[in-house]
Amino acid sequence: METVTAVQMKDVTKRFGEVVANNKVNLELKRGEILSLLGENGSGKTTLMNMLAGIYYPDEGQILVNGKEVSIRSPKDAYDLGIGMIHQHFKLVDVFTAAENIVLGLKESGKLDRKAIAAKVKEISDRYGFDIDPNQKIYDMSVSQKQTVEIVKVLYRGADILILDEPTAVLTPQETDKLFAVMRNMKADGKALVIITHKLHEVMDVSDRVAVLRKGEYIGDVATKDTDPQKLTDMMVGHAVTLNIDRPQMDHLTERIEVQHLTVKDKDGINQLTDVSFTAKGGEILGIAGISGSGQKQLLEAIAGLQSAESGSHIIYKDESGKEHELLGKNPLDIAKMGVVLSFVPEDRLGMGLVGDMDLTDNMLLRSYLTGRGIFADRKTPRQLAERVVEELEVVTPSVNTQVRKLSGGNVQKVLVGREIAMNPTVLMSAYAVRGLDINTSYTIYNLMTEQKMKGVAVIYVGEDLDVLLELCDRILVLCGGQVSGIVDGRSATKEGIGLMMTQLQEKEEERA
Amino acid sequence: MNSKVEHSEPLIRISKRTGISRGKAWTIRGVALLLALIVSGLVIFAIVKLSPLKVYGAMFEGAFGTSKRAWATIRDSMMMLCIAVGLAPAFKMRFWNIGAEGQILVGGIATAACMINFGKSMPAPLLFLVMIVTSIICGAVWGVIPGIFKAKWNTNETLFTLMMNYVAIQLTSYCVAKWESPPGSNSVGIINQTSRAGWFPSLFGQAYMLNVVIVLILTILMYIYLKYSKHGYEIAVVGDSENTARYAGISVKKVYVRTMALSGAICGVAGFLAVSGASHTISTSTAGGRGFTAIIVAWLAKFNTFVMILISFLLIFLEKGAIEIASRYHLNDYASQIITGIILFFILGSEFFINYNVNFRHKHN
Repeated sequence: METVTAVQMKDVTKRFGEVVANNKVNLELKRGEILSLLGENGSGKTTLMNMLAGIYYPDEGQILVNGKEVSIRSPKDAYDLGIGMIHQHFKLVDVFTAAENIVLGLKESGKLDRKAIAAKVKEISDRYGFDIDPNQKIYDMSVSQKQTVEIVKVLYRGADILILDEPTAVLTPQETDKLFAVMRNMKADGKALVIITHKLHEVMDVSDRVAVLRKGEYIGDVATKDTDPQKLTDMMVGHAVTLNIDRPQMDHLTERIEVQHLTVKDKDGINQLTDVSFTAKGGEILGIAGISGSGQKQLLEAIAGLQSAESGSHIIYKDESGKEHELLGKNPLDIAKMGVVLSFVPEDRLGMGLVGDMDLTDNMLLRSYLTGRGIFADRKTPRQLAERVVEELEVVTPSVNTQVRKLSGGNVQKVLVGREIAMNPTVLMSAYAVRGLDINTSYTIYNLMTEQKMKGVAVIYVGEDLDVLLELCDRILVLCGGQVSGIVDGRSATKEGIGLMMTQLQEKEEERA
Repeated sequence: MNSKVEHSEPLIRISKRTGISRGKAWTIRGVALLLALIVSGLVIFAIVKLSPLKVYGAMFEGAFGTSKRAWATIRDSMMMLCIAVGLAPAFKMRFWNIGAEGQILVGGIATAACMINFGKSMPAPLLFLVMIVTSIICGAVWGVIPGIFKAKWNTNETLFTLMMNYVAIQLTSYCVAKWESPPGSNSVGIINQTSRAGWFPSLFGQAYMLNVVIVLILTILMYIYLKYSKHGYEIAVVGDSENTARYAGISVKKVYVRTMALSGAICGVAGFLAVSGASHTISTSTAGGRGFTAIIVAWLAKFNTFVMILISFLLIFLEKGAIEIASRYHLNDYASQIITGIILFFILGSEFFINYNVNFRHKHN
């Protein structure tokens, strides 16, 4: 097929204050190809793409679309040029239907012709293999359906250059396969696609070419067929890294937490967790797999003392001497007072684990502010702790006096994990600890988890990347709709098996019967 | 399709600053104040054809012209500062305490009640102790009621505190009717005019020096409380995210109730100052809207109580100056309020330029 250049970016530079997000980046995108944009956190991938989508305007450099120099001053300009971006965070109106969201913001004169819209939506869906009901409300949709609406929305506006920013972060393996099939159809139709993702096996799977950014600089591009994950990682990081997760085995496991018949209802009385029972042992990593929203949040929060449960539920903590403590019905402070050191890295880092407006020191203080003498909080120890975390985990920050809100996602997570591990816990819980983190930081986190495990800590790891769960965890508990659909051995389980357990509880129940 | 997008850079682009030096920030604020004065000068000239310099001179004289005026300015600034210091912990907790008016009034009622009932029977030190304690308690109660409702039933504190103001105003009307003197005047008159029982004594020869001392002590204590104490830390965490507070084991409910008690108590002290330290009477206008203006003071200072001193002075200066030019040049009251409005607009607007960078189109392309 003859290749035609769709977009060319020449020497594009973008600065935010002192920070150079993109430095003289050159990028070429051809029609009929899928380009992967690869780079660590803060390497400027999203910034670069936002300049194509009209969100940011470059400080220097040129952008050529279809060979003509253009200036993209707003998302509308981008649409007029046929460029559409699907952002990481969906921008949909919950109470509207798919069709209403799709036409939202289009300035078409005359009456809203729902039939014509539905017909056009259907035509697009059929052409690329989407599965979408134009009349379904957004709040009734799964994450993957919402994403489909976002993609159709962009296509509806006539986009032939599509940018997808980490589209697979929220999808199950099956949904990811479906998305990739659609992407290949679009490619065959002559569209140009850019996908930003951290998952190298997806890069290898779906893209034709890979472009790598590092610290805002353009490193180069390679044809996917001529490369492999190891080479890509080396390009991305700038030096060789090992991509293996160690899984040493502890000889001696101690029972640490026993969850018995845990049932949690939300405020509408709907079961979020139903009769969940399992044991977490010191010296092993217990993975928790499941489609997002299957009760992972409630489970961890119940253990952490942040979630009340129905009667008959028990969460028993067993200390060194074998004494048993009930954790349910206690708040985090009560639990700490019992001498139970429980670390928790919640999913919502800035909304729960940290205080965004406070600096690193004050965030370290969150776990220890009560230890100060008298009425005053002691800031000296937290300050030293912050300095230690910055040094040991290589947190990129101007100083420990910087607000954590101003740090990049990976560095925010390092601060949080660093603080939680510094508590010397006996139980370490983490929810989506590597979400949005680049490969290097992700491996740092995996290694920290394993390190804790070898210290005899009971690690509970809620994750979404099944490949990682299978490499990292000793046992994996699979949740489906708030119920345990099985606990499997991490060394022998397969991705397909777990994927099935995540979606099908029914079969399991029939087996039992 | 391409023809629609012409090749030109936008004229003005706005981007968020990553940080700004303190010096630069204050330069921007200074320039804003200067611009405000120039613009209001133009407005003054356009409307009343007076020399702006003369008008500004008159404003200054109105606020600091005589020693008496200067002390009135200081007294009112201290009152404003006291309320703002009281509001600071509530707003830092993101608890919208719109109820300072009511908290001041109940504090004032408590003080007046003590002056009227115990003025003759109690020795001065005991009388002052009783006055300050009752005004603190009354203010605290008025603050803690919305605090408890918010903590227990998550009621909307903005509406609740606002409604509490009306209750306090009615209560004041009732007391004014009860204590009416002379009968038929529909006012309480000056309490203990001859005996001066319960009036602030003069300190260093100045009638309002005690006000200054009390408020400055509160200002320093509140600064330390918010910045260095465990309670202050809890307030900041709750203000940023309730979830994070729960995660850290902070009892959000307790912090709400405790902080509102403190906030109300200090506003109660403001009521005590207003009655015992300034007007020596009580009426429904004892708070006089200052409970609302102080919200601006607290926010503009970003809860730094020392910055509040400056802002309180600026606002009271503007108020006094406005009254002076209104009377001296026979201007409508509103003309002077326009000036106040313009100055506040520029000061608030300067925060935009502190947070954002404005880039103009490049000369070369």
